[in-house]
Amino acid sequence: MYSEEHESYLKTIKKSNFLVRFTQISIILLFILIWQFLADNNLINTFITSSPKEVVRTIIDLHNSNNLYNHIWITIYETLISFILGTLIGIVIATILWWNKFLSRVLDPYLTILNSLPKVALGPIIIIWAGAGMNSIIIMALFISVIITIINVYQGFIETDPIKIKLMKSFKATKAQTYFKLILPSTFPIIISTLKINISMSLIGVIMGEFLVSKEGIGYLIMYGSQVFNLNLVISGIIILCVVATLMYYVVLYIEKKLIKN
Amino acid sequence: MKTILKINNLKKAYHTKRDEILAVDNFSFDLCEGEFVAIVGPSGCGKSTILSILSGLESKSDGQIIKDEKLKIGYMLQEDALFDNRTILDNCLLGLEINKNLTNDNKKYVLDLLKTYGLEYFINSYPENLSGGMRQRCALIRTLATKPDILLLDEPFSALDYQTRLAVSDDVYNILKKEKKSAIIVTHDLAEAISIADRIIVLSKRPATIKTIFEINLTDKSTPINNRKAKEFSYYYDLIWKEIDHHV
Repeated sequence: MYSEEHESYLKTIKKSNFLVRFTQISIILLFILIWQFLADNNLINTFITSSPKEVVRTIIDLHNSNNLYNHIWITIYETLISFILGTLIGIVIATILWWNKFLSRVLDPYLTILNSLPKVALGPIIIIWAGAGMNSIIIMALFISVIITIINVYQGFIETDPIKIKLMKSFKATKAQTYFKLILPSTFPIIISTLKINISMSLIGVIMGEFLVSKEGIGYLIMYGSQVFNLNLVISGIIILCVVATLMYYVVLYIEKKLIKN
Repeated sequence: MKTILKINNLKKAYHTKRDEILAVDNFSFDLCEGEFVAIVGPSGCGKSTILSILSGLESKSDGQIIKDEKLKIGYMLQEDALFDNRTILDNCLLGLEINKNLTNDNKKYVLDLLKTYGLEYFINSYPENLSGGMRQRCALIRTLATKPDILLLDEPFSALDYQTRLAVSDDVYNILKKEKKSAIIVTHDLAEAISIADRIIVLSKRPATIKTIFEINLTDKSTPINNRKAKEFSYYYDLIWKEIDHHV
């Protein structure tokens, strides 16, 4: 049993948590209500602003025509492929850079350039080289996530505690032993947090790619909607994207928690 | 007593873009079996460099290190450098793993050491759950696991608070004596050096050369904490204090 003081302390925490959650929900509800109210009373032009009811109707239509899940799945599929490839390739390249000091010094300015370059600028070239289809989208998303992975993971590698490296040397460890017993495990938390960045990066890349070339996907829905001036479709697409992005982020967060526990 | 390590005219220079810095020069001494030697000197004089060279972490510029080829040297660092992602047992087995020497006998030896030195109930714990003194003991067992003949200790207690430090130095001393090891210990703490060592080498400021070697003869020599009560203790303290170059 807790003391009275502790009970009241717990109550305060509970109360403030509730208040935060309540305000969060109120904001979104209020936003939707005002939006609908303005639309109903013709205070805004629903042709360019759509309305909550229209958005719901559009999503239901998509659901009924069976296209909705196909579009969502395509986007998730492309994101996951580029996320997994980007993470793996990024870690491998970071490892090569750690292994070979000469190479890392040589490639340093190129990495900086590639990192600063807005990858969407490469879009047209990628489309020409890889064809106007899913390959281009995946390659573009891959490009975005791989560079940031290389830089983050390599940074983690070289920031490994020098004392522990000294310890490994005092046992006359080989480079491979140092890598697998020390460098990789101690960089693990950084790799995990890179996953969180990468899932968002991949999604950005995929949507950008779908804007440029695609016949399916959420990015395609948004782009198509704007081309035929169907703002209901555009806003529905954005809302679906919000949900998908949040879900994927939480899945990665869940995986992160699982991995860190072990 | 048998000499197990002979160092002749050891020299070490460091090279930077701008400069060549002579860290150690003309350093010679012999280490006997079972002997404890402490190296003291002004800070930054190159004490640790000598240990780094002896352990093979750094190359020497000149001079000879003569020892039996089979002689194994273990190095204990200033920090415990325990790996957070490994249990205490796995931390202690690290050296054996690296040397591909993880036999059942060796593993049993490590388990016995852990048991003897009070870490029995922590073998499956992680370093974060251990006190500073326990961590240091674990680091020592990790070094002992590879069965070195000589231990090099580089300010092994300086990361600990004073009380823990006294207790751990007592611990480490007893463990090393019991396991019949020789040791070279670098320290900046004169009292610690006198209480632990059979001989104390006083180094000059950089480049480190030997100023004097003191033979420490205490009445009723026993453990470090008891040695501090010996009547010659302050005499040696004074003697060595005056010998060290001080620049404040």
